[in-house]
Amino acid sequence: MKWRYFRQGLFFGMVRLSALMITLALLGMIAFLFYNGIRAVTWGFLTLPPTDSMTKGGIMPAIVGTLYLTVGAIAVALPLGVASAVYLTEYARQGIFIRIVRIGVNCLAGVPSVVFGLFGLGFFVVFLKFGSSILSGALTLAILILPTIIGAAEEALKAVPQTFREASLALGVSKWRTISRIVLPSALPGILTGAILGVGRAAGETAPIMFTAAAFFTAALPKSIFDEVMALPYHIYVLATAGTHIEQTRPLQYGTALVLIGLVLGIDLFAIILRSRVRRKKRW
Amino acid sequence: MNNLKQTLTRHLREIMIRKLFAFFAVLSVLLLGLIVLFLFREGLPLFKEIPVSRFLLGSAWYPTYDPPEYGIWPLIVGSLIVTMFSCLIAVPFGILSAIYISEIAPARIREILKSVIELLAGLPSVVLGFFGMVVLAPWLQETFDLPTGLNIVNASLMLAVMAIPTISSISEDALYAVPREFKEASYALGATKYETIIKVAVPAAFSGISTAVILGMARAIGETMVVLMVAGGAAAIPRGIFDSVRPMTASIAAEMGEAPFRSGHYHALFATGIVLFLITLAFNLIADQLSAKFKKEGCGTL
Repeated sequence: MKWRYFRQGLFFGMVRLSALMITLALLGMIAFLFYNGIRAVTWGFLTLPPTDSMTKGGIMPAIVGTLYLTVGAIAVALPLGVASAVYLTEYARQGIFIRIVRIGVNCLAGVPSVVFGLFGLGFFVVFLKFGSSILSGALTLAILILPTIIGAAEEALKAVPQTFREASLALGVSKWRTISRIVLPSALPGILTGAILGVGRAAGETAPIMFTAAAFFTAALPKSIFDEVMALPYHIYVLATAGTHIEQTRPLQYGTALVLIGLVLGIDLFAIILRSRVRRKKRW
Repeated sequence: MNNLKQTLTRHLREIMIRKLFAFFAVLSVLLLGLIVLFLFREGLPLFKEIPVSRFLLGSAWYPTYDPPEYGIWPLIVGSLIVTMFSCLIAVPFGILSAIYISEIAPARIREILKSVIELLAGLPSVVLGFFGMVVLAPWLQETFDLPTGLNIVNASLMLAVMAIPTISSISEDALYAVPREFKEASYALGATKYETIIKVAVPAAFSGISTAVILGMARAIGETMVVLMVAGGAAAIPRGIFDSVRPMTASIAAEMGEAPFRSGHYHALFATGIVLFLITLAFNLIADQLSAKFKKEGCGTL
């Protein structure tokens, strides 16, 4: 009898320990980067371009580049993803067609990010002749985050009570009007949460933009969507692995890493809080 | 008459809208097809130069030599080894934390832990790679007196951090979906909480947990930046866990920038992309089959 409870205590201890260690790993990494990076992050660091062959100066072009790429990606992926989710939840009936679509979405979600990069290179850069540019990079990232958006939008649409749709249809309102006036507005907060998580994902990705958009260094800010840009994740990679000044630029690397995780985790945290508030407020 | 026309146009419009949405839904499948098409378009020309078997099983990867060697066997081995070792760490942590979150933790801690897991999933891989380079690598080098800290152990540890959130969150969903009656029946028979978790909840969620592990492995094998930065980059079959390796993803990311356009090297990197794509596709299809089965079981027909 005692042994049974001893075994249970041992198991619970292990389980708690693993949860604790995961939490500590996250907090430890954040704290480490914060401690080492905070001195580098000054106003000038955020607002000036790199100077002295990237050994001094700031990261402003990389921040702007990441902004362009993620805004472009979400602008493309959000409408496509929501439309796709509307079909899956509102129109589709069980069958082979829907089964194939679902497998397609799941498999797209599982494609490695570097393969998206290869595809972006083969399709957008070479075949469509967009070159290495904001356009190619944003479209590649858009495909990468599409499954995330579809998943979140589907969940939000499913959470809208069936009675809303029935009440609207019973009043003689057409199906499309019911969707556009009743279902979508009710699902909007949930869809937005998904969109924000998608932005966070797109902002942190490196491999998909390496061959499609990212530049080692640009002196000026991009003037059109056909220009190459610097991007925060790629900038970290370049500073940390390439060139002869790796040790010398350590502070810049820590600073850039801190800005990137501040941005990405800030976006994610915002989405998580928003979602829990939306869930709590719902009283239908 | 007028009324009929109105009804007809309205009906027609509804059908058009439905078709339009159906198109957007198929888009994901079309994109998947496009990815396959363009990987093959840029990768297949390699096999005019060398046979598939020599590409897959050749043990020398010297793409810039003259004559070049495009054998990716060491890269495949590198990918598999870091994936395997990372899963040795990530699977227990992922499943145990899922058990804690879904079965044991009080509501408040559960919410916090779920956020922690989600934030961990959101950490940019380049930051993890950077962390591995500046913290783990020097530490490993000093502690074990190695020539370099950029090796299999380092890459596996950092990859495990990336795979844990995938394994944990999907396992947790699976455990959560186990019908309450199962557990209550177990308690009613006098089982302890531990016995209920191990002998009832985990077996009932088994196919979901397997899905989680497979997707976690797929995530690890496809991960690029971490292995690019901390695996060391040696394209050779490793002899020990402190040797450097060059997984497929790292090779593609590191070399694509230098490979001359549509050279043999360029085609070889795309062909490596095909291999990588097919491996992850297989993982995902298996996971999909498993989770379809798990949904059927979820109805609780006992």
